[in-house]
Amino acid sequence: MTTLSIRSLKKVFNPGKANQVDALVDVDLTVEPGDFVSLIGPSGCGKSTLLRLLADLIQPTSGTVMMNGKSAHQARIDQDYGMAFQQAGLFDWRSVAENIELPLELKGWDKAKRRDRAHEMLELVKLREFADHRPWELSGGMQQRVAIARALASHPQVLLMDEPFGALDEMTREHMQAELLRICRAAQTTVVFVTHSIPEAVYLSSRVVVMSPRPGRITQIIDVGLGDARTDETRDDAAFYTKITEVREALRGIESTLAARGVDNR
Amino acid sequence: MSTATDSRGERLVRAAAPPVVALVLFLSLWEAVVKGFGLKPYFLTAPSTIWGEFTKNFGRIWAACRVSGTNALIGLLCGTVLGIAVAFVVRRFRKLDEIITPLAISLNAIPIFVLVTVFSNMFATTSDVPRRLTVTLGVFFVVLVNVAKGLTQVSATHLELMRSYAASETEIMRKVRIPNAVPYLFTALKVAAPLAVITAFVSEYFGGNQNGLGSKITGSLSSSKNAVAWAYVFGACLLGLAFYLISIVVETVATPGGVSKRDRS
Repeated sequence: MTTLSIRSLKKVFNPGKANQVDALVDVDLTVEPGDFVSLIGPSGCGKSTLLRLLADLIQPTSGTVMMNGKSAHQARIDQDYGMAFQQAGLFDWRSVAENIELPLELKGWDKAKRRDRAHEMLELVKLREFADHRPWELSGGMQQRVAIARALASHPQVLLMDEPFGALDEMTREHMQAELLRICRAAQTTVVFVTHSIPEAVYLSSRVVVMSPRPGRITQIIDVGLGDARTDETRDDAAFYTKITEVREALRGIESTLAARGVDNR
Repeated sequence: MSTATDSRGERLVRAAAPPVVALVLFLSLWEAVVKGFGLKPYFLTAPSTIWGEFTKNFGRIWAACRVSGTNALIGLLCGTVLGIAVAFVVRRFRKLDEIITPLAISLNAIPIFVLVTVFSNMFATTSDVPRRLTVTLGVFFVVLVNVAKGLTQVSATHLELMRSYAASETEIMRKVRIPNAVPYLFTALKVAAPLAVITAFVSEYFGGNQNGLGSKITGSLSSSKNAVAWAYVFGACLLGLAFYLISIVVETVATPGGVSKRDRS
């Protein structure tokens, strides 16, 4: 079954008012199970808005989003997806393990089952010995790993991520990218990933969706085709650089179009 | 920040040393000025004289401390409970916020002596209720403002996360808003505890029973027993300090994970 099916999606903020913003128009996208899709584009292209529409955190003006054959609303109620943000968003008053248990608690799981799953997830993100620590005792990269473990705790088929590594330094970031691929392969998760970074999008994705602003829309979808077995060597690959260039040129195309239309795009 | 190898005792000593040294220096200077310039006791009393009166009258000071302390404690408890309750109501019914908050602010702007006088006219002159009500009002305002803030100012990421879990408003309240408000409550209590003591003293200046610390201080002063008055003031300082320490102990016990420690790390 198709994991995500997005048809003629449109989102207008403040319709009919002076500050009306056409955040997204004419968005069509299909995501198959096991896909890793990155959304990339300049600020204001609506990539985060698209992610929030998929998560049913905001409602579309028109068009449909289907997840696992259900409406986005039903998929949220059933918790078909996990979500991670730029800020890890851990709860200071809970231990690391209790943070991971939160979505399970809300699903009504009993204590013992929650504990087992939290430890399984900590094993997966290699933080087992930090189960009883407080979030603020962990480094930024470790906090983000806990956030990913929490997003995957109920074994959702879909993971929605909004620039989760945006606040990390370059070395940690590359390490986290490799970890994310390993974790998602182990859990067979389908991922939609918002990012600003071209190498990050190419390294992680099976497909890169290039978006443009005013109004936000999809301009190009690039198949990465680097295969599933990506390692640190992949980053030195000629094919990797070729794809980076392809994505960069797609983004430059957007810049020059905007410049030609006299739109200030700082 | 201290290193991890420090023992708890060493850190305590290092934290306590500056204020203790400062206090000793201050008292020595005070003593030296009084003795050196031969100041009369009605002008300024030496710390050694005050200490003498304090030990001599300890029983009476302790009795007065108990009266004022009980008023302060009851007011503190009632004000806290009321403040928390109204903060929840205000959070639940946002429209009420626009009515209650300005009302609470204007109540807080009324001088203490007006409140005591008004309350005294409602109850018998020997009643402690007017004083306790005055303390309650002062504490109520501090607790209301802080707890309401803690329940409202929740991280946007946390709210989006809870929505993605399809959490209900009740679950968001229990799992996010209330835990988020706990440090705000303790911040409020650290302000409200000494405030309760001060309000309890001041409200004794305006009639009623003459058995509390506030009335003892004015009583001793008017009969020119300055050293005794100072001894009562010393008792009042200790009572205020005790209330503050209690609020810190309650905080430490109530937050075993040490949420507030985060500010220091």
